[in-house]
Amino acid sequence: MNQFVPPEIDWAALSPVLIVLGIAVIGVLVEAFVPARVRRATQVVLAVVGVGGALVAVAWRWVVVQADGPTALVAGALREDAPALLAQAILLVCAFVGLLVIADRSSGEDAFAPSGAAIPGSAYEAEARRAGLVQTEVFPLTMFAIGGMLVFPAAADLLTLFIALEVLSLPLYLLAGLARRRRLLSQEASLKYFLLGAFSSAFFLMGLALLYGYSGSVRFDAVATAVPATSGMDGMLLAGVLLVIVGLLFKVGAVPFHSWVPDVYQGAPTPVTGFMAACTKIAAFAALLRFFYVVAPGLQWDLTVVLWIVAIITMVVGTVLAVVQTDMKRMLAYSSVAHAGFVLLGVIALVPSGISSVLFYLLAYGLATVGAFGLLTLVRERDADGNVTGEALHLSQWAGLGRRHPVLAVSFTLFLISFAGIPLTGGFIGKFAVFGAAIEGGAWPLVVVAVLASAAAAFFYVRVIVLMFFTEPTGTDADPGTTVVRTEGLTAVAVVVCAIGTVVLGVVPGPILDLAANATKFML
Amino acid sequence: MSLVNYLVLSGILFSIGSIAVLTRRNAIVAFMGVELMLNAANLTLVTFGRLHGDLHGQVIAFFVMVVAAAEVVIGLAIIVSIFRTRGSASIDDANLLKS
Repeated sequence: MNQFVPPEIDWAALSPVLIVLGIAVIGVLVEAFVPARVRRATQVVLAVVGVGGALVAVAWRWVVVQADGPTALVAGALREDAPALLAQAILLVCAFVGLLVIADRSSGEDAFAPSGAAIPGSAYEAEARRAGLVQTEVFPLTMFAIGGMLVFPAAADLLTLFIALEVLSLPLYLLAGLARRRRLLSQEASLKYFLLGAFSSAFFLMGLALLYGYSGSVRFDAVATAVPATSGMDGMLLAGVLLVIVGLLFKVGAVPFHSWVPDVYQGAPTPVTGFMAACTKIAAFAALLRFFYVVAPGLQWDLTVVLWIVAIITMVVGTVLAVVQTDMKRMLAYSSVAHAGFVLLGVIALVPSGISSVLFYLLAYGLATVGAFGLLTLVRERDADGNVTGEALHLSQWAGLGRRHPVLAVSFTLFLISFAGIPLTGGFIGKFAVFGAAIEGGAWPLVVVAVLASAAAAFFYVRVIVLMFFTEPTGTDADPGTTVVRTEGLTAVAVVVCAIGTVVLGVVPGPILDLAANATKFML
Repeated sequence: MSLVNYLVLSGILFSIGSIAVLTRRNAIVAFMGVELMLNAANLTLVTFGRLHGDLHGQVIAFFVMVVAAAEVVIGLAIIVSIFRTRGSASIDDANLLKS
């Protein structure tokens, strides 16, 4: 009765994922076989080529899909349609710039502990540092995370989504714990991220099990067709859908599942924070979009209430708590929570333009995030001997930075006003598009809250700008206390790309919006 | 015996697991709670597979076991590195990150 039918696999359509995961596996082999001298250079080149190649592959598949229409891959486990490909492209662009920041060595050393297993402050760690050991495993780990993220927007069944969730999360748990400086904080962030992440994926899995019990399948489309056809098991359906959404909202960092966000963003190495803040959010929102737009229309009435409440408290809590932060990374973390709330508006809207506007918003947000965190890696403290140490993250340390380092301060300002959603930046167009979609979907009370929250949020962004340009620096000119280190060049490239992207998205958003307008329908 | 009993059992296991995560202070024990939750989900999957009379539930359970094993590797690595640093695996001791 159960005859085995081998699935037909369209390898060409899978090429973006295969390239990234293939490079990740090669990266692991490089760790084993390539001599230590050239290992880092090999890994950097491999990773950059891998992400770039995957981007080209996605562009090629986009052309194919535009011509031939969307298809189901791997016996229906994945969907190759316009929203999936666009999300993958956005993801790869942000991952590419994020990777450049991760690979950069400012003041001669990268952001990662020379030996992750060494006890912080031990003789062994000091020795590893003196010997100039480099943690090159971060590159394969990042590539595995990107691989999982690429599957996320395309996954059309809950099992694939679950596996992708783990493939993207597990490397990030490790990366969060590998900071070169402030290692106790970093390890603690790693532990918190891991325990809460594992907890939320257990909820996701229980939701998967309940939906399987309800519909007899884990395919989104099968669940969606079972919704009107099955009666008397509404409790199980709702519980299943809610648990799955909880798992995804955790990754997004929406209140009340946000408690990990500030701690992990603060503790993780700053380049990793930028990478995961941008890319995890893009991947998780793309998956949430597909799940919601395919499964939810049948149970809109039950789900809308929950998601409205989540969206409102996410925007309010994120904004209010960001105002009272004194640490740069924590402030940006809470601001990213608030942004999750804004993006949720486009998800809740349940109109075709919701999909494209959410993707546009994520692109604008992702670029600004990678850029801002990339700049954070350059602003450092000096100890009494004049040695450059960890990042200067307290707000007061940024006072007067604009006078000494105008270029850095101006680009940071650009990213902040994009976060705030001020015109002529990508953030403004993104907010405009998402709010427009929400109004179209009849969620205008949410839009009112969102506009008020954005206005309040502008306060703490502007506060940093005022601090940088209009406040007297704390130190003397001879010993400013805060210093800006030279980069190897990669962070500079990443920041320039992000800045240009942010401005282009704000001034001439037309082409990208037109592109996104093709991605308004999920294949069932 | 009715298959519903298995579902009730898995519900009880899932609750015990989540309560363990939320209340126990030792990272290892909290992590065991997570594993219990995953296994409760496995039991649900297998039971539903039997109810529906198809094999998907069991196959998914295998996938979950592999994922759980990978998670154990990562989790123990993180917990051991914290334990070696601080000499304790208590979650309450990990309190440097605060607003």
